[in-house]
Amino acid sequence: MRDQPIIFAGLALFLGLITFPFWFNLARGQTARGPDIQRPGAQLQCAAPTDYMRTSHMELLIQWRDQVVRRNLRRVTAFNGKVFTASLTNTCLAQCHTNKAQFCDRCHNYSGVGTPYCWDCHNEPRAARASLAPAFTDLGSQP
Amino acid sequence: MSTDRRAFLTLAGGCALALAGRAARQALAAPQSSPAQSRRWAMVIDAQKCLQQEGCRKCVQACHQAHNVPAPAEPRHEVKWIWKEAFEHAFPSEAGEHLRESLRGNPVLVFCNHCDQPPCVRVCPTQATWKRAEDGLVMMDWHRCIGCRYCVAACPYGSRSFNWVDPRPHLASLNAEYPTRTKGVVEKCTFCEERLEQGRPPACVEACPKKALVFGDLRDPASEVRRLLRARYTLRRKPELGTQPQIYYIV
Amino acid sequence: MFMFEKAVVGSRRYWSWLGALAAVIALGAACYWRQFEYGLGITGLSRDVTWGLYIAQFTFLVGVAASAVMVVLPYYLHNAKAFGKITILGEFLAISAVTMCMLFIFVDMGQPTRVLNVMLYPTPNSIMFWDMVSLGGYLILNALIALVSLSAERKGVAPPGWIKPVILLSIPWAVSIHTVTAFLYSGLPGRSFWLTAILAPRFLASAFASGPALLILLCMIIRRLSSFDAGREAIQKLALIVTYAMIINVFFFLMEVFTAFYSGIPEHKEHFLYLFAGLEGHARLVPWMWTSILLAAVSLLLLIVPRYRHNERVLAAACLTVFFSLWIDKGLGLIVGGFVPTPLGTVAEYWPTPPEIAITAAIWAVGFLMLTVFYKIALSVRESLAAAYQEG
Repeated sequence: MRDQPIIFAGLALFLGLITFPFWFNLARGQTARGPDIQRPGAQLQCAAPTDYMRTSHMELLIQWRDQVVRRNLRRVTAFNGKVFTASLTNTCLAQCHTNKAQFCDRCHNYSGVGTPYCWDCHNEPRAARASLAPAFTDLGSQP
Repeated sequence: MSTDRRAFLTLAGGCALALAGRAARQALAAPQSSPAQSRRWAMVIDAQKCLQQEGCRKCVQACHQAHNVPAPAEPRHEVKWIWKEAFEHAFPSEAGEHLRESLRGNPVLVFCNHCDQPPCVRVCPTQATWKRAEDGLVMMDWHRCIGCRYCVAACPYGSRSFNWVDPRPHLASLNAEYPTRTKGVVEKCTFCEERLEQGRPPACVEACPKKALVFGDLRDPASEVRRLLRARYTLRRKPELGTQPQIYYIV
Repeated sequence: MFMFEKAVVGSRRYWSWLGALAAVIALGAACYWRQFEYGLGITGLSRDVTWGLYIAQFTFLVGVAASAVMVVLPYYLHNAKAFGKITILGEFLAISAVTMCMLFIFVDMGQPTRVLNVMLYPTPNSIMFWDMVSLGGYLILNALIALVSLSAERKGVAPPGWIKPVILLSIPWAVSIHTVTAFLYSGLPGRSFWLTAILAPRFLASAFASGPALLILLCMIIRRLSSFDAGREAIQKLALIVTYAMIINVFFFLMEVFTAFYSGIPEHKEHFLYLFAGLEGHARLVPWMWTSILLAAVSLLLLIVPRYRHNERVLAAACLTVFFSLWIDKGLGLIVGGFVPTPLGTVAEYWPTPPEIAITAAIWAVGFLMLTVFYKIALSVRESLAAAYQEG
C-alpha cells in the first residue's frame, strides 16, 4: 500500500497523456470542424465525379502521369468524354483548381497528408503565385 | 483426405507450373502495343557557325531558363543540360599538336547525345530513363528516379547532372509551366520533348542567332539534317564505343 | 528461437564496447538525418565524381561477405575438418557484411524513399537489379544457414538434411555476388579504368584475401575474450588462403599496370597516373595509393615466409596490412580512380566530408554491433554446451 502515491501518479500521467489530443486542441481553440475549402466553380467541367475526386484523385493523377510521362499520351479523356491536355500546373491548377491554398492545401493540412511531394517539383501557375523574380525573359513557356 | 507429402508437393508444383504457363502465354499473346519507330530525332551542329559569335551563350540560357535548371552555389554541385566544352575535351581522340587552328582550344556545344544504344538506359535499375520507341529520345522520369547515379557513371559523355541539393533556392527565375526537379534525382537534356509535342523546335535551336543548331528527323530523307549529313562530313563523340550518338558535328 | 537472450547478458567490457558502438551509430544517424534533409550535397561528391566513400565501402564489403565461402567450401566439399568450428563465424561475418553493404547503398541514394522501385519495376538488363537480387538472396541464405546450424548445435543434434543443399548453394552464390558487383563497373563503356575483363577476378582475389584476413583477426580476438579457440590448424589454413589470394590479387594488379602502360593508350594510363603520380597538379590520393602498395608488399613478405606466417603475432600484423591495403585499393582507389579523369579528360578531385565520414563510421559500427551480438550468441551457446558436457 505504500506504493499507492506512485501508482496514482502513474495513472494520472497516463490519463493525461492519452487525453492529450483532446485538451491540447481545446486549449488551442481548434475544433473538429472540417476544412474550410473554396470549391472550384460549379460551371466548370469536371475531370471526374466529386466523390471519386474526393477519395481517389491521387489515383487519377498517377494514371494520367504515367500516361503522359511514360507513354507520351498527353490527351486524356475524362469520365464525361471531355478531353484534357494533361498537365498538373497548366491544366488542373490553371483551368479548374485555381485556388491551391484555399482548396488543395486546406484539405491536405486538415487530413494530415502534409505537403504532398508533388509540389517539390510541380509549380503553381504563374498567374496565381507571387513571382520569385520581378522580371525575367520568358524564353521557354507556352504561348 | 489422406495423402503423403510427395503427392502433395507434386500436385502443388504442377498447379504452380500451370499457372505460370498460363501467365506466360497471356503475356506473349497480348499484342505488343509499343508504337513503331516513326521518327529518329537528331541534331547537326555547325561548330564554325557557333564560333562566329564569340562568348555567345544564348542556347544555354534559353534551355536553362525554360527548364528551370538550377545554378547551385557550390561549383561541384553544378547542374547543366547544355554547355560549351573545349574541343579537345569533347573530342579527346582528335586532340593533337597539329589540330586545326580554328578548333584548337575553342568551345563546342555539348549535351545529351540521345544515343541509339544508350548505356545509361541499359544500366538504370528502375527504367527511370528509357529510350522512347517512337522517336528515339532518351527520356527521364523524375517520379521514378531513385538517385543511384548509375546512369551518370554509365554515360561516356558526362551529359548527366545530379541534384546534390534542393534546386529551387538556386533558380534565378522560374518558368512556372515547366516543373523544377527535386534534390536526389538525375537530370539531362530532354530534346525539349514538351516543345516537340507542340510542334516547336528545341529551345536551344530557336535561340541560336547563327542557326548553328539544326534539328530534324533522320528518317525523313528530305529533312535538313539528312541534307547536311549528305553534304558534309561530320564527327560524333566517341563513336567507337558503339553508343550511336545522334548529335553530329560539322567542324 | 534466435537465442537473443544470450546477447543481453555480458561483462562490463561487452557492454562498454556495445555502448561505444551505439555512440558512433548515434552520431552517424544524426548526420544522415541532416543528409536526408539537405541532400547528398553534404558529401564531397561532385558532378564529376558521383560515387565515393559510400560506394567504396559497399564494394569492399561485398568482398568480405563473399569470403565466407572460403571456410564453407573447404569444409563441406573437401572435408577440411579444421574449419568445422568456424563456419558459423564466417556465416555471421557474411550477414553483418551484407547488411553493411545494403546500408551503404541506402545512404548513397538520392531518393531513398523510392528504393522499392527497384523491385516494383524489375529491370533485368540492369546489373544493379541483379546486384540487389544476389545480395538479398545471399543475406537470406546465410541467415537461414546460421540459424539452423546454431539451433541444431545448441540442441546437440545434427542439422536437418535439407540445409546441406542450401549450404552448397551458398558457395556459387558467394562467388556470384562479387562477380555481379564487379559487373556493375566492368560493363560501362565510358569508364576505361573499369572496362577490363580482369576486374571480376581481381575482385574475387582481393575478397578472398581481405575476408579471411579479417576472420583470422576475429578468431584471435575471440580467443582472448572467451574460451573459444578456433584451433591452430584452422588459422594456419586460413592464412594459407590469404597468402595465395593476396599473391594472385597483386599479380592481377600488375597485369593491369602492364596493359595500361605498355599499350600507352592515354585513356587507360591516365587513371593510374592520377592515382600513383597525380595528374595536372591533383595528387590527393597518391600517398594513400603508395601506402596501399607498401602494405601489400609487407603483407606478402610476412605471409609467404613460413616462419613469419606460423608466428601468430606476425600473422596478425600481416592480416592487418592485407586488410588495410585492400581497403584502400578496392575502396577509394578503385572508385575514385574510375572517375578521374572524367570521360572528357578533365580532373576533378574528391575528398569525403566530415558528415560523410561520420555516416560511414556509423555503418561500420552497425556491422560490428551485429557481429558482436552474433558472436556472443554463438560463443555462449558453445560455452554452455561445453559446461553441460563437463558436468554431464
